[in-house]
Amino acid sequence: MSGVTNISQYSRYNARVARSRATSEPAWIRWALIAVSLAFLTLFLFVPLAAVFTEAFRKGYEVYLNALIEPDALSAIKLTLIAAGIALPLNLVFGVSAAWAIAKFEFRGKSVLITLIDLPFAVSPVIAGLIYVLIFGLQGWFGEWMSAHDFKVIFAIPGIVLATIFVTFPFIARELIPLMQAQGKDEEEAGLVLGASGWQVFWKVTLPNIKWGLLYGIILTNARAMGEFGAVSVVSGHIRGLTNTMPLHVEILYNEYNYAAAFAVASLLALLALVTLALKSFIEWQTARQASDNEKLAEE
Amino acid sequence: MSIAIKNVVKNFGSFSALNDVSVDVPSGELVALLGPSGCGKTTLLRIIAGLETPDTGNILFNGTDTTDRDVRERQVGFVFQHYALFRHMTVFENVAFGLRVRPRSTRPTDAEIHRRVHELLELVQLDWLADRYPPQLSGGQRQRIALARALAVEPKVLLLDEPFGALDAKVRKDLRRWLRRLHDELHITSVFVTHDQEEALEVADRIVVMNHGKVEQIGTPQEVYDKPASPFVYQFLGNVNLFHSRVNAGRASIADIELQIDSHHDTQDSAAFAYVRPHDIDIQKERGSQPAFEATVTYVHAIGPLVRLELQRADNTELIEAELTRERFRELDITEGARVFIQPRNVRVFLDQKSA
Repeated sequence: MSGVTNISQYSRYNARVARSRATSEPAWIRWALIAVSLAFLTLFLFVPLAAVFTEAFRKGYEVYLNALIEPDALSAIKLTLIAAGIALPLNLVFGVSAAWAIAKFEFRGKSVLITLIDLPFAVSPVIAGLIYVLIFGLQGWFGEWMSAHDFKVIFAIPGIVLATIFVTFPFIARELIPLMQAQGKDEEEAGLVLGASGWQVFWKVTLPNIKWGLLYGIILTNARAMGEFGAVSVVSGHIRGLTNTMPLHVEILYNEYNYAAAFAVASLLALLALVTLALKSFIEWQTARQASDNEKLAEE
Repeated sequence: MSIAIKNVVKNFGSFSALNDVSVDVPSGELVALLGPSGCGKTTLLRIIAGLETPDTGNILFNGTDTTDRDVRERQVGFVFQHYALFRHMTVFENVAFGLRVRPRSTRPTDAEIHRRVHELLELVQLDWLADRYPPQLSGGQRQRIALARALAVEPKVLLLDEPFGALDAKVRKDLRRWLRRLHDELHITSVFVTHDQEEALEVADRIVVMNHGKVEQIGTPQEVYDKPASPFVYQFLGNVNLFHSRVNAGRASIADIELQIDSHHDTQDSAAFAYVRPHDIDIQKERGSQPAFEATVTYVHAIGPLVRLELQRADNTELIEAELTRERFRELDITEGARVFIQPRNVRVFLDQKSA
């Protein structure tokens, strides 16, 4: 064991020497590259992020809080949570089943299914919204039938939920497919030979193996579901207190020159982004740590 | 439990993996399915396990048709080529899996599971690793845990896919003998897949040599090595020297000599291939009474228990490989460049099917 450590320390030392002499650019190039990336990040990320919070608190803490607890804002927050709360479990089921089917089974039309899953990435969200207007709108295919039965999709919550599901459905499947393909189906087959039922194999073997990838997919889906603007904007109708989600509410406030309130609501969305990033790094750190722990023990 | 494979055919699209394969595995035997990669041996093993279904043909366990029986009900233990241990479970939970997934009515109690798992871990001599996770084990340890897990369900048949394929040479040799002993202790019927003829010859009671989805020969290691049924089996089971030959009434020509052979007595002058193993090439410094042909020593490799020589025939440029014991080599006292006489022994002759 000590021999292994010595060798790896030695090679690490070697690598450091090599980097400083043979394979490295001159110092001024390295610093210039770092400066360019930092300037870019500052301009496009840090400054806007700081601006959101300074603008939100410009008129004081009370204005900030009032902007968040006034009824229209609360209803926008509620609607956003409802839309995400419905879209998330549905896409969870769809994403896991699609990834499971694609990664573990051979069937006709598999490549078509993979392409279809990517569709929401390729289509503009506005078009996605328009599709639902064309189908369920008053002049749409089912419009007359639905208005006759007093059932509203467009300019109502169902439309918002539908649009949110559409734009978020690739995230979980996309996250899981490469992971499940890499893991293969050996473990599932081992489970079957040992007498486990299909459900037992799924709960005891497949799910634990994909849990970190799945969590990552859920976080991304949630972030997108809460932040989606384009598709939701088309189907929502912007009725205050009824069909406004948080991003739409921000836009309305901003258009009314109510900057402090607009940024206050926007700061919530920015916070959501920060929490998402923190969770994402935590998951990556967890998986990396597990891998290195295992390596150490296997070497013993 | 005996296994009978009857006329099994399996195609993957246009690729024919198994083409009318029939094999009998008597109860209690350790059988090797031997062949080059792509010969269908793994497919056959998976069909026995129930992980694949044959297009036509039947699988019988103890005379009962099990072709359509679900993989869960077959009571087989399967060790996967890359072990397929459940990576998120401890070694203990891996071995316990087969017991824990049983329906409540037949599931052993926790104490009983605990006892059984530790018994199995002791059997594979890895009790001290119970709390480890699979990625924390070495290859040989994973292999033995995979075996313990397969044995936990008390299978009547043990199936192993390239059990030693991913291990380094030293570990492989140890595990081979250990598997043989284990098989004898457990009174189980075992089938394993391998592409390594040495492994099959050393471990198995019986070898099924396969090529291109067909069975070439079935027999004991002695039979397939000494009496190969086809040129393929002969070449696959060890190094060979190949001579273009002609056969006439029980005599075969090799280089510029003619030899008496104990087959093809009724064959009239036809093209054939003659095979001689390197250790059946005898070398003399002088021409004796036996028929021999002339050659030059071009290379001597004297590492290990056997001395390997490369010789060039005097009448053309073809190379011949020979293996001598160290004693014989010292006795001959030859070096590279020496002219010698070659006496082939145990020549196997197969008629050239194309020209026939």
